Amino acid sequence: MMWLAAPALPLDEAGKYVAGAYVVFLALILIYVAIMAAKLARIDRELTELAEEDR
Amino acid sequence: MYSKALAPLAIATVVILTATFALVFFYAPLDADQGFVQKIFYVHVPMAIVALGGFVAGGIFGIRHLRSGDSSWDLRSYVAIHLSIILGLGVLVTGAIWAKASWGHWWVWDEPVLVSFLVTFLLYCVYYPLRFAIEDPERQARYSSVFAIAAGAFVPLNFTAVRLAEAYTHPRVLSQTGGDLPSEMRLTFLVALVGMTLLFVTLWKLELTAKHASMQLKKLRRRRAEREAVAA
Repeated sequence: MMWLAAPALPLDEAGKYVAGAYVVFLALILIYVAIMAAKLARIDRELTELAEEDR
Repeated sequence: MYSKALAPLAIATVVILTATFALVFFYAPLDADQGFVQKIFYVHVPMAIVALGGFVAGGIFGIRHLRSGDSSWDLRSYVAIHLSIILGLGVLVTGAIWAKASWGHWWVWDEPVLVSFLVTFLLYCVYYPLRFAIEDPERQARYSSVFAIAAGAFVPLNFTAVRLAEAYTHPRVLSQTGGDLPSEMRLTFLVALVGMTLLFVTLWKLELTAKHASMQLKKLRRRRAEREAVAA
């Protein structure tokens, strides 16, 4: 349990870890939303094709 | 069907998450022990709580599917578990970053909270091969629901086991009575938790909407093909 007694990191060093954690979170959400957007775009395209074929 | 209130939910999510980031960096005080690194807590812990809640919700939807036979409940269960796995991945990565910053190690195997979360995450990774190995849609939905219920029951059991092993875990910063968090930190944490929950619900509804639209499109194509076959 030595690590529990570890002193706080200085701000310049801690900053990169905090930024890293928040970037991971934002990146996960952005990638997910981008994949969903691509799926919705494909559905929209296929629906348009279907509507045009039925004309 | 699933897109009801999606737009206001999305707006509320963006507003609350923006407020969360503002509170984390401009309002919540620095932790006396960990300093600035403790800011990871406000993204890591709410993400973990929401991911575990999503796993349990997946189990509850599984129960509703088995009771009603309505495949829409299976879809809800699948999407909840899918999103929880994505959040779970985020929890593991942000946890590793926090561990490295606080303890000097990316991973600590004798830390029950970390390892129990990893066990839960790996358990749910089995869900995909199990689900997609079954071709018959009804069997797929039934087996997936059974898995979701069994694994969903494991989540609170696992959580309780870790709490019971309190003497060996790292100091608790949040409990039912508010733990040792100062009021500014507690408020920031609660806003972060609300933001993360809203994010989960918004993305859940978004994916359900996309899947429902995709299924409707397939139905339309099938009906059209049937009409053409009859006409021929």
